[in-house]
Amino acid sequence: MGDTVNIFVRSIFIDNMIFAYFLGMCSYIAVSKSVKVSAGLGVAVVFMLLITVPVNYLLNRYVLSSGALAWVSADLEGVDLSFLSFIVFIAVIASIVQIVEMVVERFAPALYSSLGIFLPLIAVNCAILGGSLFMQERGYQTLGEAAAFGLGSGVGWLLAIVGIAAIREKLAYSNVPAPLRGLGITFIITGLMGIAFMGFMGVKL
Amino acid sequence: MEKEPLFSAKNLKLLTDPLARVNPVTALVLGVCSALAVTVKLEPAVVMAISVTAVVAVSNVIMSALRSTIPNRIRIIVQLVVVSLLVILVDQILRAFAYSVSKQLSVFVGLIITNCIVMGRIEAFALGNKPLPAFIDGIGNGLGYGIILVTVSFFRELLGSGTLWGYRIIPSSFYVANGGVYENNGLVILPPMALILLGIIIWIQNYKNGRYS
Repeated sequence: MGDTVNIFVRSIFIDNMIFAYFLGMCSYIAVSKSVKVSAGLGVAVVFMLLITVPVNYLLNRYVLSSGALAWVSADLEGVDLSFLSFIVFIAVIASIVQIVEMVVERFAPALYSSLGIFLPLIAVNCAILGGSLFMQERGYQTLGEAAAFGLGSGVGWLLAIVGIAAIREKLAYSNVPAPLRGLGITFIITGLMGIAFMGFMGVKL
Repeated sequence: MEKEPLFSAKNLKLLTDPLARVNPVTALVLGVCSALAVTVKLEPAVVMAISVTAVVAVSNVIMSALRSTIPNRIRIIVQLVVVSLLVILVDQILRAFAYSVSKQLSVFVGLIITNCIVMGRIEAFALGNKPLPAFIDGIGNGLGYGIILVTVSFFRELLGSGTLWGYRIIPSSFYVANGGVYENNGLVILPPMALILLGIIIWIQNYKNGRYS
């Protein structure tokens, strides 16, 4: 249990998707102009990571990784399908995005109208695929750990995008050198936020 | 239609425009995700740049060749399949011939699939143009991405480790440990500095191009 909590906290603050690995930067930069919109996208990312990482964990554990097919029959023990993981993961993500979009549209029209435009964008958000790939690379041991990692990474991403959006809203009133405006200053501020987040390094529960 | 030469002015423009003026990373904000994580050292950055260039160029050609046969509704799925197949190829090639670099790049090879440059160029260019211009456009954008990667990693490796491509540039006798006065800048190695360096590159580029309000 302690491990799971530790993974959760670590993935929010220390291994933050944005500040430590730059994942999901494209939408992070493009959408972070207002707090409201970026919170919507952030929630969508949390949601998708929470679903896709455990699903891909199960696929990785029972289908893709070396010797994973042993539960089907003993003959398949030597099979290693891990080279297929990229295409399987992205297919899972793209189809889950589709399913979630349909389910949300059917059962929660209010949520759909606020998340709606972001859901298709998310299929090609590096943070989502990155979550699954990190899960595979770091070899989380249980479904709970994978879910905690997914949730934590999502929350970390949400935190980062809401933070930068709040700063950018204020930034509109400050006197930034003209060529630095927009993209340049956003990167530099993200870097400074990253340095601040490095203060969490070494925190353990 | 008249057959146009390989390096007509139009094709040349396709190749050179993404290098500086409409650079995919700094002007269009595409593919930043992976651009920064692999820039601690020069070598993985160059390998990454070559991989992305190959994937963009080839996927552009394939999608451009298929563009009239794919129904519009399912084109994203088709693009994802084509791109992820190419990325699997790149990943397997790297594992076979450059294992240590492939270990350093870790998940970022896989993330080429969701690199917005690849999808962006397919959507914006390959689906509306012939295979040859699409190929040139892919090469140009891959190189434009590569230039940023190489510039950032050049500074990060030089200032952070005192080496370039693993070779020592700043003599070891300069270091404090050996009785000199020099210390590596540890901050440059850390992730946030990549963002700040990129911010500065964008600043200089905007200033030079006069593209600011």
